[in-house]
Amino acid sequence: MIQLSIREMAQLLRDKQLSIPELCSIYFDRARAFNQQTNALLKINCDIDPAELLQAEEALLDESKLLAGIPLVHKDLFCTQGMVTTCGSRMLENFVPPYDATVVSNLKDQGMITVAKANMDEFAMGSSNEHSAFGSVQNPWDLTRVPGGSSGGSAAAVAARMVPVATATDTGGSIRQPTALCGVTGIKPSYGRVSRYGMVAFASSLDQGGVMARTADDCGIVLSAMCGHDHKDSTSHPDAAWQWNLPTLKNLKGIKVGVVIDWIDGLNDEGVKQSTIKAIDTLRQQGAEIIDVALPHAHLAVSAYYVIAPAECSSNLSRFDGVRYGHRSIDTADLETLYVNSRSEGFGEEVKRRIMVGTWALSSGYYDAYYLKAQKIRRLIAEDFNKVFEQVDVLAAPVSPEVAFKQEEKADGVSMYQADVFTIPASLAGLPCLSMPIQSVHGLPVGLQLIGRYFDERSILNVAHQFQQVTEWHKAMPEAYK
Amino acid sequence: MTIKAGWEMVVGLEIHVRLNTQSKLFSGMRASYGAEPNTQVSFLDAALPGTLPVVNQKAVEYAIRFGLSIDAVIAPLTVFSRKNYFYPDLPKGYQISQMDYPIVGPGRIEIEVDGGSKVIDITRAHLEEDAGKSIHDKYDRYSAIDLNRAGTPLIEVVSEPQMSSAKEAVAYMRAIYTRVTHLGICDGNLQEGSFRCDANVSVRRVGDQNLGTRAEIKNLNSFRFIEKAINFEAKRQIKLVESGGLVVQETRLYDAEKNETRSMRSKENANDYRYFPDPDLLPIVVTAEMIAAQKARLPEFPEAKKHRYIQSLGLKEAEAHTIAHDLALSQYFESAQEQTKAKADLNAKFLLGEMTALLNAEGVDISQSRIDAHAYAGVLEALAESHISRKIAKQVIETMWHSGQSAAEVIESQGLAQISDVSALIALVDQVLANNPDQVASYRDGNDKMFNFFVGQIMKQTKGQANPVQTKTLLEEKLK
Repeated sequence: MIQLSIREMAQLLRDKQLSIPELCSIYFDRARAFNQQTNALLKINCDIDPAELLQAEEALLDESKLLAGIPLVHKDLFCTQGMVTTCGSRMLENFVPPYDATVVSNLKDQGMITVAKANMDEFAMGSSNEHSAFGSVQNPWDLTRVPGGSSGGSAAAVAARMVPVATATDTGGSIRQPTALCGVTGIKPSYGRVSRYGMVAFASSLDQGGVMARTADDCGIVLSAMCGHDHKDSTSHPDAAWQWNLPTLKNLKGIKVGVVIDWIDGLNDEGVKQSTIKAIDTLRQQGAEIIDVALPHAHLAVSAYYVIAPAECSSNLSRFDGVRYGHRSIDTADLETLYVNSRSEGFGEEVKRRIMVGTWALSSGYYDAYYLKAQKIRRLIAEDFNKVFEQVDVLAAPVSPEVAFKQEEKADGVSMYQADVFTIPASLAGLPCLSMPIQSVHGLPVGLQLIGRYFDERSILNVAHQFQQVTEWHKAMPEAYK
Repeated sequence: MTIKAGWEMVVGLEIHVRLNTQSKLFSGMRASYGAEPNTQVSFLDAALPGTLPVVNQKAVEYAIRFGLSIDAVIAPLTVFSRKNYFYPDLPKGYQISQMDYPIVGPGRIEIEVDGGSKVIDITRAHLEEDAGKSIHDKYDRYSAIDLNRAGTPLIEVVSEPQMSSAKEAVAYMRAIYTRVTHLGICDGNLQEGSFRCDANVSVRRVGDQNLGTRAEIKNLNSFRFIEKAINFEAKRQIKLVESGGLVVQETRLYDAEKNETRSMRSKENANDYRYFPDPDLLPIVVTAEMIAAQKARLPEFPEAKKHRYIQSLGLKEAEAHTIAHDLALSQYFESAQEQTKAKADLNAKFLLGEMTALLNAEGVDISQSRIDAHAYAGVLEALAESHISRKIAKQVIETMWHSGQSAAEVIESQGLAQISDVSALIALVDQVLANNPDQVASYRDGNDKMFNFFVGQIMKQTKGQANPVQTKTLLEEKLK
C-alpha cells in the first residue's frame, strides 16, 4: 500500500476497494509510530477532520480530482485555520491562524486530508533541520544524520512513508536539498506559480511553495492542484494556473540537457560525483542530447543570496514584536525591553544571526555595497541562465555536494551556507527546479537537480518521469520503515 | 509678524493628504474615520504572518490625478519601499512608502501672497500607508493601540525650501488644500487629520547663500497654528544664533496652548529606516492610458473658475474670487444658479451677504447648511420675480432654516408676498394722501423730503410688503 502512486490510490478509492478512512488510517498510524524516532512532525491530528472527510467524499465523485482522500502533511509555515502554525519557532508556539494559506485551501478543495504539520528549521532558515525550536529531525535512512533543511520534516515524513505527500517551501534550496538527502522527489516551481498568501515569509522575493512525494508524476499532480493565480498575492503570476499530464513519449529523444561541467568536476565527494555522472549517462541512454554549458556568475550566488535573503528576513520578521500575537516576554519594564526580551527569547540563534546580517546589509552607508550589489549579481545570474536556455531545454546538476551529514557536524552557520552552492543560483533566477533520487552512496540517498526555463515545469517533470521509468531509486526505502 | 531685520527664513513643507478611498492602501478593509477602535482591521492591517499587500488601484489613480493638477511629471514606473522601524502602532514593523521611485515627480503650484504671486516648486509626491494610533492618556498603566487608521492611504507632498515667510507657507498649504479638495481625492477635514503637515524651518542672514540648519516641526493640522509655529520657530532660531548658539537638526513639536515648539528627538537618536524595495509588491507601470484617464477627470480649478464667473456670469472680481476659491460654496452657487432665472450677480450678492450672515450666526459652513441649493434657488426665484424684497428674503431664509419649509411655503403661510396689485396700491396711496393733508400741502410747497414720509406710511401699513418701485411710481403720479 505505501508504495502506491497517487493514480493507483485514486483508482482503488474510486473502485471502492478502499475507503478514505481506511487509506488515511494507514498513514495516521505510521505517522504516530515513526514520529518518535524521526520527530518529522509537530502536531499530528487525532483523526481525520470531519469537514475534510466530507469534502473528500464529495471530491471523489469528480473523476478529475485525483487527490480526493489522499493524506498529506503541511510544512508548519503554511497557515492552517484553527490549527497551530509554529514555523518551528518559540515565537509562534501558540499561534493559531484564523485563515488557511491559499495552498492549504487549494488542496482542501481537491479533497486532500491533513495528517499533521511538518517540523522545519525555524522560519525556514537552515539546511539541516537542527534549528527547530521543537527539536531536530532525524533522517530515516540513518537516525544519526540530518534530513537536510529547511523542509526536513516534510522530506523525512515522505521518506519514511508517514504520508505519501508533503507540502514544503524553498527559498535557497529548502525543498531540493532535504529531498535529495532523504531520497524522495520534490519540486520547487517557478517564482509566481504558487501563491505565497498564508505562507509565513522568510525572504519574499525568493520564497516559493512546492511539494515532495515519491515520484515526479505524484509531484506534478499535486503541483497542478496547488498552483494558480491568487489575487491576494501581488507577486502571483496572472497565468500561474497549470496542469500536469503524463507525457505520451516514452523516451527523451530531442531533449537537450545542459550540464555545468565545472560543477561536476568540483564535487569533492567521489560517491556523489560518480552517482551524478551515471544519472546523466542514463538520460543520454534515454535519448537526451547532453550539452556542456557554463554559468559564469554562479559562483557569486551564495554571497549574493546571503545578503538578499537576510535583508528581506530582517524586515519580514519585524512584525514578531510581542505586541499583538506570538511570544511576549514576562520580563518587561518598558517598550524597549518588551521588544528586546520578547524577540531575544522568541527567536533562535540562526534566526537572530540572519536578522543581524540583514539589518547590517540594509543600513545606511552599506546599502549600496551589499544589497544593491547583490541585486546586480542576481540579474547577472538570471542572464546566465537565459543564455544557457537558448541552447538547452533542461539543466542537470548536483543538489548537495555531499550525502546527509551527521547531526551537529556543522556547528557554525557559514560552513552550512556553502552546502547551498548548487541550489541557490536557480532560486535567485526564480526558475523551476526539482530533485530526484539517483544511485545512493553507502546506503545514503543522492539527488539529481533538474532546472528548467521560467514557467516550464513540464520539461523537468517530464525528464524526471522518464528517468523514473527506467530506474528504481525512487522506490528505495529505509529498511526500518518498510 | 515680520522677521527681525537682517534675517530671512527658509521654509519647506511636507504635507500629508489622506486619500478618501473606500478601502485602505493595501487591504480591502474600510478606511472611514471615527469607527469604534480596532473594528476596521483586516488580517493584513494587524500584520498576521503570511498576509500580503495588494495595492488599491483607486489610490494610484488619485495620486496620478494630484500629480497632473500640479503640472508634475508622472513616473512611468513607480516602486513601493519599506521604511523599517519599531513602534507598537506600526504592526508590520515597517511602513510601506516610496523612496527612489515616487509616483509623482517634480511639479509646481502658484500661490498668492499680499496681492503678488509666486511659484513654489514641488519636489515629489509619493503614496504611503498611515500608521495606527497610540493612545497614552486613556489608561493608567497601559498604552492603548487603535489600528483602524493603520494602512489608510496618504500622499506625502514635499515642497522645495522656497517659502520665505510663514504667510507664504500658509498660502502654499492652502493652495495644495484647494487642489486636493477640488480633485475630490481628500475630504479636507483638518480636525480628523485628513490634511496635516510637517514644516522644515531654518534661518540665515540676508545675503547668505547657504541654508541654515533646519528643524522639523511635526504634525501641524491647522492653517493658524502652522503660521504661529513657523514664526515662533524662526524667532527661536534667530535668538539662539545671535546669542552664539547653534541650531541642531531635530524634530520639534508645536504646543498650541503655550505657542512654542519643543524638541522631540535629535538627529543622533533618529532611526536608520533601512529603506529597500518591498519584495511583496511589484513595481507599478503607469501607462499613458492611465494618465489620460485621470487627465479627463481633472476638475476646473479656482483660477479658471473665477475667470469664468467674471467673464460669462458677470460677477465682480471680489465676489468671483471668494466663491471660486471655496469648493462647497461654488458648488452651492452653481447648483442654485442652474435652478433659477435670477441673475448670477444677485445670487452671488445674496449668497455672500444675507445667506453667509445666517450661516455665521448659526456657526456652520455652507456644506452643513439646512437650506439646500434647491431651496435656496427658490428664494432667488422669489426675489427675481419681485415677489419679495431682499429685506423680506432675509426673514424668509431665517424661517426656512428653522421650519424646513420652501421659500414659497414661507411666503405663502406668513403672507409675505409683495403687494404688486396696482388697484390695491392705488387705494392705499389715496388713503394715505387723504389722511395726511398737511404733509401733502408741505410737499407741494417744495418740501421733497415728505415723499419718503408717504412711502414710509405705506410700508408701515403693508408691513413692508408693498412693491417699492410701484409704490413710488404711483405716489409720483398722484402728487403731480
